[in-house]
Amino acid sequence: MTIKISLADYERIIAHATAVLPNEACGLMAGTVSDEVKTVKKVYLLTNIDHSPEHFSIDPREQLAAVKDMRAQGLAPLGNFHSHPSTPARPSQEDIRLAYDPFASYLILSLAGKQPVFKSFRVEKGVVAVEELEINSNE
Amino acid sequence: MNITVTGSTKEYPQGLTVAQLIQLEKVATPEYVTVSINDEFILSATFAEKTLNEGDHVEFMYFMGGGR
Repeated sequence: MTIKISLADYERIIAHATAVLPNEACGLMAGTVSDEVKTVKKVYLLTNIDHSPEHFSIDPREQLAAVKDMRAQGLAPLGNFHSHPSTPARPSQEDIRLAYDPFASYLILSLAGKQPVFKSFRVEKGVVAVEELEINSNE
Repeated sequence: MNITVTGSTKEYPQGLTVAQLIQLEKVATPEYVTVSINDEFILSATFAEKTLNEGDHVEFMYFMGGGR
């Protein structure tokens, strides 16, 4: 499976994650699924109710509103993203433990280095697999 | 009675509880599911007693969180 996201949405995620530093940022992604490709059509920049540099929990009320909006727009839920302000873009043990959906993409944006690093993962029964991520200027 | 579950309206038996609906809908990993009825979140401890009513809108969601 490949997940495609536009450069504009990627930059919105970076801006959101930078704005809430030193805390972790989070959100949801919706779009279309065909064959082996997920295409992100809409990104929801949501509140991390933990307001923590080490943890995140998506605000459930915002999550509910986002899910309803996806449905209204005919979009499929594709997964979520969160930021790691000071650690690499790889799932932590806590991320893996709390990844319940084997069909979801779990994207992590690391702001630990000079340049942001964005990666996508799938997690099934505690086993992590890297997912191909394409950032396109024309999506 | 008619209930809308994750956007689809269907007929369900009268007196259905949230716990029974979770079973009927074969909700995956029910131990982690969060339920809202008409936009109000329901405590999981009350799933077995909470009965649904005609016209209710039910959503199933999963906690999304993690850490560094």
